[in-house]
Amino acid sequence: MIGDLDLGEIGRTLPYVMAGLQYTVQITIVAAIGGTIFGTLLAMARLSAFKPVALVAAGYVNLMRSIPLLLVIFWFYFLVPVILQSLTGADRPPQIGAERSAYITFILFEAAYFCEIMRAGIQSIPRGQGGAAFALGLGYWPAMRLVILPQAFRNMLPVLLTQTIILFQDVSLVSLLNVTDFVGAATKVAQRDGRVVEMYLFVAIVYLALCSALSFGVRRLQAKIAIIR
Amino acid sequence: MGLGILLEQVPDGDGPWWRMLASGLEWTLMVAALAWILAFALGSVVGVARTTDRRWLVRLGNAYVELFRNIPLIVQFFLWFFVVPGVIPPVKRWVVSVDPLTYQLITAVVCLGLFTSARLAEQVRAGIQSLSRGQRSAGYALGLSQAQTYRYVLLPMAYRIIIPPLTSELMNLIKNTAVAYSIGLTELFFRTREMGEMTFRYFEAFGAATLIYAAIALTSNRVMALLERKVAVPGYIGSAK
Repeated sequence: MIGDLDLGEIGRTLPYVMAGLQYTVQITIVAAIGGTIFGTLLAMARLSAFKPVALVAAGYVNLMRSIPLLLVIFWFYFLVPVILQSLTGADRPPQIGAERSAYITFILFEAAYFCEIMRAGIQSIPRGQGGAAFALGLGYWPAMRLVILPQAFRNMLPVLLTQTIILFQDVSLVSLLNVTDFVGAATKVAQRDGRVVEMYLFVAIVYLALCSALSFGVRRLQAKIAIIR
Repeated sequence: MGLGILLEQVPDGDGPWWRMLASGLEWTLMVAALAWILAFALGSVVGVARTTDRRWLVRLGNAYVELFRNIPLIVQFFLWFFVVPGVIPPVKRWVVSVDPLTYQLITAVVCLGLFTSARLAEQVRAGIQSLSRGQRSAGYALGLSQAQTYRYVLLPMAYRIIIPPLTSELMNLIKNTAVAYSIGLTELFFRTREMGEMTFRYFEAFGAATLIYAAIALTSNRVMALLERKVAVPGYIGSAK
């Protein structure tokens, strides 16, 4: 019953749970930045006139988008040490742990989604912009960096941020690898003290408040930065 | 690497591993199908509510969508599985009286159904709002009531227009069933992990699961594309005619 809730439990365990939230936020920020950079490169590859590059990029993006994130998280948990071993030539796979492999997982996974957003952004730029850049004597990379990408990025900023809010929620899945993210920390406390109801209610309310505020902010931003055509 | 492991027997004698994964796939598809029906019904109701002229209905619909979109899926699973029986005694009594498998299945269907319904509500609303204002007026001018206008004019158009986003929502739903692993439902991902843990052949297990999920995504994509062509509205850019 509601009356039996021990709200003091939340207060007592707050520092531990908040450390989990901090980890969740860190992964979100790193993966959003890394994913945007790698995703933009993937988008340029998908739009490349050189077919093999475009095909490889499309294959990567479609594969990542067709399997569950949970499967990707577990794949990388096993694969990252093996890949690092082959890169460094060490005798045995390095023990990097789920906490750190999650950074790589989310960068590589989110890149597929950010790629599709940036591809739409690049394709939304009028063809004349690229033509004008080339006419001014810019090469492919300067034209992209100085003319196309800044506009594409601006047009897509609200969508990129919305995807980042989704990413913020998706990080919670690492708790199933026993990682102490926000949900993972709450789970550990809940199981230790038998206070499942209080802890999960608290987590849900915090997520609801944070994500609602963030998406409200994104909508405000969208209205503010929209380019009137 | 060797996919021969799929033909080897499961230690507790439930047949070969491939049959184990196939049974997981069955659960995945069953949960997804049931959740889709629930999501489609609820999503349509909420989506329609958000386009009516009643202010309070619109607000209620918006709040519903915000609620389900702003809490991570795994937390929603825990809310339905642990918190709801914990705070509502009749649910608790019912939970202890039913078979745990039934309870996992119902939790997964309800949780995924409501989670997906909020997304579908957003698509249905967008579909209805993409129609020109004249469609609604034409319905009223013919003497149809508001309910009839939705039933015979707006929804038949809106559903056909939003098939592409519905396709990606369906694929998301199938992928999201993997999260039901967190409450112990024996769906495909659960079986995949089980196979990895019992045989230490993680690469084969995850590889097989990846192929199965990719095949489902490809199939549902094709089926929906077929449906899209079949029901395309003549005169729109998407249609051939």
